[in-house]
Amino acid sequence: MKTAIIKYNAGNIRSVQFALERLGVNGTVTDNHEEIMSADKVIFPGVGEASTAMQYLKERKLDQVIAGLQQPVLGICLGMQLLCKHSEENDTECIGVFDTAVKRFQSPVENLLKIPQIGWNNITGLHSVMFEHVPENAYMYFVHSYYAALGADTVAITNYVINYSAALQKDNFYAVQFHPEKSAEAGARIIENFLNL
Amino acid sequence: MLTKRIIPCLDIKDGRTVKGINFENIRDAGDPIELGALYAEQGADELVFLDITATNERRKTLSELVTRIARHVNIPFTVGGGISSVEDVNVLLQSGADKISVNTSAFKDPVLVDKLAREFGSQCIVLAIDTRFEEGDWYVYLNGGRVKTPVKAFDWAKEAVDRGAGEILLTSMNNDGTKQGFALDITAQLSQHLNVPVIASGGAGNMTHFVDVFETAQADAALAASIFHYKEIEIPALKTFLYDKGVNVRF
Repeated sequence: MKTAIIKYNAGNIRSVQFALERLGVNGTVTDNHEEIMSADKVIFPGVGEASTAMQYLKERKLDQVIAGLQQPVLGICLGMQLLCKHSEENDTECIGVFDTAVKRFQSPVENLLKIPQIGWNNITGLHSVMFEHVPENAYMYFVHSYYAALGADTVAITNYVINYSAALQKDNFYAVQFHPEKSAEAGARIIENFLNL
Repeated sequence: MLTKRIIPCLDIKDGRTVKGINFENIRDAGDPIELGALYAEQGADELVFLDITATNERRKTLSELVTRIARHVNIPFTVGGGISSVEDVNVLLQSGADKISVNTSAFKDPVLVDKLAREFGSQCIVLAIDTRFEEGDWYVYLNGGRVKTPVKAFDWAKEAVDRGAGEILLTSMNNDGTKQGFALDITAQLSQHLNVPVIASGGAGNMTHFVDVFETAQADAALAASIFHYKEIEIPALKTFLYDKGVNVRF
């Protein structure tokens, strides 16, 4: 099995590679179109800022490559947000696989909200093969200031001031807002489920 | 619901952990990877590795160690100690660290915080402050607590957050090593007035101290070293205790 990890100007890619390694899978970090298109599984990770990431992807036509992938694709964190339609982060048009808006957390006036959300939060309403053997209310590690709103493609929900999409799924595209590569055994299980698709 | 975090801190010298007794379930308590993986397995929410090596080879040794940790540990970890440039941070993040912490270097050159936040994002920049209460206020100390400054801890924390620090790791020198509990007042002041998470450090001696720092001082995370390394408190028992007291924790 060939697993491609999309290389672009976003952090945290090495952690994904190491998480695959712990599952005995060798992930290839690449921005080569052929290599990505011919892989059995594609992981689109990332920590960073949406507009500079989209610009980088567009300059290399990676946005079109990603949108056209037929094999299972897993977006993680910024990767998930970039698979959505639009992000409020510097008003960025994204790839648009998911018809979902990405918005910034808003602090309720009376209550000082810490942004980004950093830490472990639970996921509920799980309905995707990604979550096989993952219990309802499992804790995952999140680091983010923007969130994907709830919608038709939502397959897991988390609450931080409001309910938002912890995970999305549509056709061959899977995406999680949290970092499964940093979420202990429960996170490893999600990656394993994806690799077993 | 976002949970409160328990963070064991490991001091590293020449690639080895400095403190700690032998654990039955690991071969080598001096090996940061074995000890870190054990804490992760027991339910630690994050780890902090603080490098206290003072040799010229430290940077290379540290980046190799960080890669080994990242390969084996499946929870987030922060690396700190002697980090003073964008290049230092780049090497450590590329090696697999999730966050880095800066202390003295950031105080001496506050623009470093802006540069790091712009280059890597606030979420991976932890500002560590060592502080001591004297003459009616909490003051910033540098160089591992050896050098006093006239600047108040709250003022420096606020400035650093404005410059882009994503978290504050606050160590009270008055409390550190006393096992009499965390410094609740300054922790509460920072936690209530800054819109980034505050990690309280220094003084943990029993499980009630953790309840106090989470409930009374509203810390987002609590860090401790010796009580975990000497097995005076074990993480699963601590989490159960916190849960029973109504503190939201991850199991």
